[in-house]
Amino acid sequence: MLGYIARRILATIPVVSVVAVFVFLLLRLTGGDPAAVIAGDSATTQQVAEIRVKLGLERPIGEQFVIWIGRVVRGDFGESFFFKKQVAELIRDRLEPTAALAVCTLFLAVAVAVPLGVVAAAKRGTWIDRAVMGFAVLGFSVPVFVIGYLLIYLFAIQFAWLPVQGYQRLADGFWGFLQRLILPSVTLAVIYVALIARITRTSVLEVLETDHVRTARAKGLGEGAVLLRHVLRNAAVPIVTVIGLGVALLIGGVVVTESVYGIPGLGRLTVDAVLARDYPTVQAVILLFSLVYVLINLLVDLTYTFLDPRIRY
Amino acid sequence: MGGAILAIILLIGLTAPWLGTRDPSQIDPISRNKRPGAVRVLTGADGRQVSTTYWMGTDSLGRDIYSRVLYGARVSLLVGVSVALISVAVGLAIGLLAGYLRWLDGFVMRIMDGLMAVPAILLAIALVSLSTAGLRAVILAIVIPEVPRVVRLVRSVVLSIREEPYVEAAIALGARTVPLIMRHVLPNALAPLVVQATYVCASAIVIEALLSFLGVGIPPETPTWGNIMAEGRALFRVFPHNILFPGIFLAATVLAVNIMGDGLRDSLDPRLRKRL
Repeated sequence: MLGYIARRILATIPVVSVVAVFVFLLLRLTGGDPAAVIAGDSATTQQVAEIRVKLGLERPIGEQFVIWIGRVVRGDFGESFFFKKQVAELIRDRLEPTAALAVCTLFLAVAVAVPLGVVAAAKRGTWIDRAVMGFAVLGFSVPVFVIGYLLIYLFAIQFAWLPVQGYQRLADGFWGFLQRLILPSVTLAVIYVALIARITRTSVLEVLETDHVRTARAKGLGEGAVLLRHVLRNAAVPIVTVIGLGVALLIGGVVVTESVYGIPGLGRLTVDAVLARDYPTVQAVILLFSLVYVLINLLVDLTYTFLDPRIRY
Repeated sequence: MGGAILAIILLIGLTAPWLGTRDPSQIDPISRNKRPGAVRVLTGADGRQVSTTYWMGTDSLGRDIYSRVLYGARVSLLVGVSVALISVAVGLAIGLLAGYLRWLDGFVMRIMDGLMAVPAILLAIALVSLSTAGLRAVILAIVIPEVPRVVRLVRSVVLSIREEPYVEAAIALGARTVPLIMRHVLPNALAPLVVQATYVCASAIVIEALLSFLGVGIPPETPTWGNIMAEGRALFRVFPHNILFPGIFLAATVLAVNIMGDGLRDSLDPRLRKRL
């Protein structure tokens, strides 16, 4: 079992390396001179040269990579061109909103999607099933920001139930925090719910056909108990997989949602950084996001061993 | 059925210039921010009156939204289709190679996994920032994140086909690699590929709109649904039609493509039909 865990962790290393290399190359690929970019328009050649030496751009690229990795591991992402602050600091400031949004969305999505999927599978072929599936296709197709604006229009403008934009730190008051999070979470959750509900339904359908479920029913267990105790546990593997994979969608969606709702989080930081050609920040954020994604999938892989003891390679 | 909707949208896109639209970049400051259905009456030099109805209203520069949305359809569809075609072509090539040449397989798959680890939109944004903005850059930026999925698909098909007895038989009979691939592997890969292509297309349309919306996509002179929505953001509260109309079209198109993909999948693979 420990061997399995160790092996899974080791397997993530190549992937992370590829991402790291790619992210590192990003700045070098532009074809412009990074030192000139930093120095700005009014710098003299002397100043540009100085910056170049300071950044270590004179050294061979392999050496630069190693130095960079060394810094990154220690948490030093360098200084942002645009904001003139340490990138690490920037990220720390923006972390809370994004994390809050992501966690909220995740909970919401799973809490809604799994029961939906199970119900759809249990009542297969009825209008409930069709409605859920129809909703799933819709949710998957309509882009996040369209949903976002639709929701804003309905709930914030027409009905004026909820605030339109903005974010409030948790420390500043729980109710305000929650209120402002509802719309963005729901927006982001829709696409996630669509995905999870679909997979849940398919997976549950498969398990419903199996022998041991029939046995449980024959034993006299009520349908509810059958569903909960036997079916769900067995159907869990694909569902959890999809949750893990969906995190990538979530991260992408966070970028957009933050723009729509004006939340000062990491997503917005990324967009602003890209627009300003602020490469250290872009590098750091991409690396971070990818790491998170890889980590979550690792967690997913590890939970397999709990859910299905047969998986042990 | 999805195909029907898509066909309609395609038709609209192609025939946009003839559907009674005005020049989408024509700025008409007098008509700024009109609500949908507003009528504008022009009095010509000879005293005649020509009235035009702005079916979808105008944006803050007085441009007709109706025209922009219709023209936007062309761009979005163009991007969607070209991304789908290119990524399938590239993915097919790489997937075939990876599936067939064992020594290449591990290496290629690691790279694909790495690419997939970076969320598609972030990757696309980063790629666009590397080069000058423009249609070609955007298409490329969307293709690259989509390729790994295609490669995985092709590779799995290749791997499973390789083990089939009839392939072994063919090799035993002396068939060479290239004709082997063409006659046996390709037809089997075709069906899932086509289905995947539709999903890629839908995804590409969404990503393009996303990129344009965030301001890192196609430059604002060319109307795309994302662009129109981006420009409408500031005045959303008062003039929602800026965002709602392109949004509806976008959603409908993507929906249509997805439905078409589902339909294709159901008909091309009878095994899956029973499950649903």
